[in-house]
Amino acid sequence: MNAPGSGRSNLGSRRLMQRIAFSLVWAAGSLSVLILLIVVGYIVAKGLSSITWQFITTPPRGGISGEGGISTTIVATLYLVVLTVGIATPLGVGAGIYLVEYAEAMARKSRIIRAVVSTARFGVETLAGVPSIIFGLFGYALFVSSMHLGFSLLAAGLAGACLILPVVIRTTEEALKAVPVSYRNGSLALGATRWQTTQKVVLPAAIPGIMTGIVLSVGRIVSETAIFYVTLGGSYRMPTSLLSGGRTMALHVYYLAMETRAFDKAMGTAAILVISIIIINAVINLFSRKLSARIGA
Amino acid sequence: MEETTGACRLRTIGYKLWYGDFCALHETTLDIPSNRITAIIGPSGCGKSTFIRTFNRMNELIPGVRVAGEVLLDGQDIFRLDVVELRRLVGMVFQKPNPFPKTIFDNVAYGPRAHGLRDRNRLAEIVEKSLRSAALWDEVKDDLSKSGLALSGGQQQRLCIARTLAVEPEVILMDEPASALDPIATLKIEELLQTLKKDYTIVIVTHNMQQAARVSDFTAFFMTDENRSGHLIEYGPTSRVFTNPREKTTEDYISGRFS
Repeated sequence: MNAPGSGRSNLGSRRLMQRIAFSLVWAAGSLSVLILLIVVGYIVAKGLSSITWQFITTPPRGGISGEGGISTTIVATLYLVVLTVGIATPLGVGAGIYLVEYAEAMARKSRIIRAVVSTARFGVETLAGVPSIIFGLFGYALFVSSMHLGFSLLAAGLAGACLILPVVIRTTEEALKAVPVSYRNGSLALGATRWQTTQKVVLPAAIPGIMTGIVLSVGRIVSETAIFYVTLGGSYRMPTSLLSGGRTMALHVYYLAMETRAFDKAMGTAAILVISIIIINAVINLFSRKLSARIGA
Repeated sequence: MEETTGACRLRTIGYKLWYGDFCALHETTLDIPSNRITAIIGPSGCGKSTFIRTFNRMNELIPGVRVAGEVLLDGQDIFRLDVVELRRLVGMVFQKPNPFPKTIFDNVAYGPRAHGLRDRNRLAEIVEKSLRSAALWDEVKDDLSKSGLALSGGQQQRLCIARTLAVEPEVILMDEPASALDPIATLKIEELLQTLKKDYTIVIVTHNMQQAARVSDFTAFFMTDENRSGHLIEYGPTSRVFTNPREKTTEDYISGRFS
């Protein structure tokens, strides 16, 4: 036992350590923010000069000079986001609900289900770490060639859905696990079925968390290039159907930077890309905050 | 058992419960009378909560639980009843207030809606009646669209009681319903119990012996043995159990001669 007051003798050195530690984490924090600001600021500053209304509303003209605007790539990006999120959200949220709300209860009773569930979890975790080009190769082999979809929005959407599925499943699982057990017990004790409990109590409380997963996925789709290079092709024409090929904004940045002399237009496109990701995040954040305020969490 | 006047609503016959290989509750045979308050008392870990969670089969949500013996509700084996129907008949109020993150109205309407009621007027009637019965109506009537989580702890617990009343159960189980509340909120809940017992059969777990003595008509005393398994030691009218216990263990516990 320390004598009373012995804690006071080293008070000075403990205070000093505290100050040093605070300064270090503060410095690390500010430096990280600064680096991010520089990257974003550089791109926006460089790109801003080539951004005009005309640049946004005219299609690219192709060729080595990289003439024209980016209208078709914006449209292709939007289509692709809607398509991937539309495919992956019901699947991923459904899988997450199954794993958290149903499989665990069943896994207690059956060893086979327990094995299936842990395999599924392991699979999801592994897939979340697989490089996107692997999903691209898979998508190319299955959707583009075997299923004869060609370079198309549909093929790219399916491959993209595979890419973001693990993220959607995992964030759904985390969001559901964060819902207090007492809500579930309260609902079950009133004679609600497990599905009613999930649908009316657990899911509404988990929606902000699930939204986060979807935002992350949208960001991923908007920014990926490799996977769409091999599934969407690179056509800069306006996509007209699910079977049209196309070029997303990120892909366009890649093409402009590598195959044309229009580096300023690459920067301009990149700037629009960054700004739109910021806007998407802000809007969805606001939306989910409103939503969770409404449910009162 | 002795002196239980009137009809018996719940009955356990040789009921036992295990968590895995651990026997948490030894053979318990007990009759719980209608329209009375039955208190379950005993030290922590004696199986009080486990015992009342039997009656709405909430123990089934815990992995590894096994049971033996019979549990009857109005003479019917509860393990043969559909569990969803059983939980409509046997409501439960939990230790910590657990309103849903929904409006006050939606909290109370949750149960009736889950059982298929859609008529808005009928729902509004049930919500008002339940909130009145739970002595909460006057405090919230102008604010039914406020979140249930915005209420104070005591109000939240009365909201949970209203939510339970809304499905018109026969029995209400209460697992230490006032232990998370301040003395004034506790008093309100205790007063409420006295009016509720006219219409409902109430089983309440409490670790507060004064509370058991104040509110209940019958008292069951549970105690752990050397293996930490729970045993029913004594059961009878509260006045008798507290003034003239038959078992030495009961007397020791009630008079505070236990660590």
